[in-house]
Amino acid sequence: MTLEDWANFSNNAVAAATAVLALAWLASVAQWAFGSKAVRVERAVAAAEPALVGGGSASSNAPAVDGPSSADREAAEERSDLFGRIAFSLTVLGFLVLLAAVVARGLAAERVPWGNMYEFATTGICVVLGGYLVMDVLMKVRWLAPIVLGFAVVVLGLSMTVYVPAGPLVPALDSYWLVIHVISAMVAGAGFLVGAGASVLYLLRTRADARGGAKGYLSRLPSAASMDQLAYRVTAFSFPVWTFAALISGPIWAEHAWGRPWGWDPKEVWAFITWVAYAGYLHARATAGWKGKAAAILSLIAFATFLFNFVGVNLFFPGLHSYAK
Amino acid sequence: MADDRRAPTNKGRGGAAPALSFLETLRWAWRQLTSMRTALFLLLLLALAAVPGSIVPQRSVDQRAVQAYFERHPDLAPVLDRLGAFHVYTSVWFSAIYILLMVSLIGCILPRVAVYSRALRARPPKAPRNFSRLPASATYETEADVETVLAAAGATLGLARKDTVTVTDDGAVVEGEVRAEKGYLREFGNLVFHVSLVVVLVGVASMSLLGYRGSAIVAEGKGFSNTLTQFDEFTSGGLFDTDDLPPFSLTLDNLEATFELDGPQRGAPRSFSATGTVIDAPGEEPRPFEVKVNHPLRVDGASAYLVGSGYAPVIRVRDGKGRVVFEDAVPFLPADATYTSNGVVKVADARPEQLGFQGFFLPTAVSFGEDEIPVSAHPAAANPLLGLFAYYGDLGLDGGESQSVYVLDKDGLTQFLGDDGKPLRLMLSPGQSADLPDGMGSIEFVELRQFARFQFSAQPGVMIPLWGVSIGVLGLVLSLTIRPRRTWVRARRRDDGVTVVEIAALDRVPRSDVAQSVDDLAARLAERTGHTGNDYDTASEAEPPKKDEG
Repeated sequence: MTLEDWANFSNNAVAAATAVLALAWLASVAQWAFGSKAVRVERAVAAAEPALVGGGSASSNAPAVDGPSSADREAAEERSDLFGRIAFSLTVLGFLVLLAAVVARGLAAERVPWGNMYEFATTGICVVLGGYLVMDVLMKVRWLAPIVLGFAVVVLGLSMTVYVPAGPLVPALDSYWLVIHVISAMVAGAGFLVGAGASVLYLLRTRADARGGAKGYLSRLPSAASMDQLAYRVTAFSFPVWTFAALISGPIWAEHAWGRPWGWDPKEVWAFITWVAYAGYLHARATAGWKGKAAAILSLIAFATFLFNFVGVNLFFPGLHSYAK
Repeated sequence: MADDRRAPTNKGRGGAAPALSFLETLRWAWRQLTSMRTALFLLLLLALAAVPGSIVPQRSVDQRAVQAYFERHPDLAPVLDRLGAFHVYTSVWFSAIYILLMVSLIGCILPRVAVYSRALRARPPKAPRNFSRLPASATYETEADVETVLAAAGATLGLARKDTVTVTDDGAVVEGEVRAEKGYLREFGNLVFHVSLVVVLVGVASMSLLGYRGSAIVAEGKGFSNTLTQFDEFTSGGLFDTDDLPPFSLTLDNLEATFELDGPQRGAPRSFSATGTVIDAPGEEPRPFEVKVNHPLRVDGASAYLVGSGYAPVIRVRDGKGRVVFEDAVPFLPADATYTSNGVVKVADARPEQLGFQGFFLPTAVSFGEDEIPVSAHPAAANPLLGLFAYYGDLGLDGGESQSVYVLDKDGLTQFLGDDGKPLRLMLSPGQSADLPDGMGSIEFVELRQFARFQFSAQPGVMIPLWGVSIGVLGLVLSLTIRPRRTWVRARRRDDGVTVVEIAALDRVPRSDVAQSVDDLAARLAERTGHTGNDYDTASEAEPPKKDEG
């Protein structure tokens, strides 16, 4: 294949992966919806049963004509499981297609495929999905699917708006630090995303618990404490990686390329803000009065600063890191 | 959630507190400053304070952007300037926050180092009386004696710091416990991380106080020596002495710039490379160098970076008397991506009148019509064209005030006019020359050269923050991954000859797997010592109920 063929293949594969992941997202939402239906029916059945038993032994086997039955619950449960499996299979497929797209992009441009905003978005989402799949094997995080997939689809969709054709790098980016610096930033970002997803669901779950018990899909999530724990663990993994990306490899490269390790370029400012915010989160979890809800909100704020650094700083602030186009 | 701890402070608010002495007030202030909550608050405040510097242009980053901001917001800019908005990261308020944070940090580290050093010397703590109150506990019974159980426990607990304490009755050991604690490296890592942050701040301060940064334009065939007068721009730290500039010098032989020739990214820069020779210090042998983007030139005590490039047409000017009064490569500064460049020529030696030229240079000139002003289509020099307006009179160089070489002071100058009465416009390609009206002289575009813009800088101590952060990250990883745990194994001989073994664990940082670990420990221990089957769930497994370890 020629370079152009690879480039075209990559573009088509990104589009295909986006479509597959959108379907995966729908399936994961359906999994939640049927799951919450199963829970509703289960409760309704539980509420109805004592009455039936009291009504007479003859009717105890036959469910009420219009009311929900445990068969309904099982049907909903089965559908939920089915959609869960579909969602997961599509996620794997979408990941593989996206991986092919990213590799093809690299072949088309004859370099690592993260030299501009479009490439960073597509490769970054590929890392996110890979990380999610690995984490699922290690610690069963499929309950995060709607958030991770939704995020992936939105970012892939938006990445089309900053599309640039495959081509060589500007001289400033032509360095092996591009590999080290950007990969570490993407890995850290993927972890931050998973942490933020877990924090969001943690907040929803604790609110529901406080209001007299989680209903619907919330009740099918892991316990609030274990989601909080997961958020902490991925963030505790990502934070040193982010420190390496933003405060070690970044400054080393900046010294090589621009003659100073740190110059308060907007990208650097926001990388610093993200670092400080996550440092605050890690501290908050150990500080009375900040544990739990406040810490979770802090982690979401920190993730928002990370996202802003990727989107806002690239597009709105002039600076040395303006590689959007 | 955990707000219950605040309640007592609110209660005490009503009563009149006794007046604090000065010393007590100081101690109170110190406690407040070094509390975790204050540190957290300062940390978040620092993040917040860093935001404006990314929105408002910063002098240290882009001086011209600051000027442009002043022109666009004539009312707002002076107010912002007074607030330090154009130098956020050296402003009083930003400094105040990070100095407070640093004091808070040190105030936090010092006592913790003391506590940690005591903890290192201390023995693992005594077992609590009631194990069932601990987050995880297990128990089983065995016929093995207490000493056997304790020895097995010591072996099973592995690398933890351990103490074994026994109680004897009539020479026989009737009761004893193994106290184990592990995870001391967590606090060690934590302290290393926080100390390294202080090291980083010290390193950054040293860099900015002792370092310097300057830039200079060097045309092909020309040289640069590292003295103050040769810089176009120069800034240095408060403790830097300009006599300490490293005495190197260099000559630029060739600047090579390549650009994308076609395709969607046509005109995009692809590579810049400057080659020449450098003399590290007077008297030393010259050595060849190549500086590229991402590949700076290192000389003793300083580095040179290629930060820009452009064109420097060699211009020769003869005055009215026919003498060559000017011949030099004149840098024209690129103003856009196609290297449309602007420049000025000042000919102070021309007689009878001084001559000045101002105009543009286009590397690949394209004209769309006879009277249209040509534009540059590509940054590479495919069709170089120099366009100049000419002036005569007084260049204003004698006033003693220093003048930018890129600006023509037109106060004492008169513009040459063409035959049509409009300002005279000279268009020159390499090798072409043009006469000025009234026999005032001539100008020739001899040849085209390029120039390199170098940044020269020294950052003494640049490795301090790098090592600081690197070691800090290792400490951070220790503090985030190591989980301290205290484990106790207690064995008590009952009168019926059965030994009751109790196991419990307490995590300093709560973990969800503590119960599982205690069960595992109990199972492994029971396997070593044998067990009677009572009170122990896994007793039903196919293993001999009694297995004494001799």
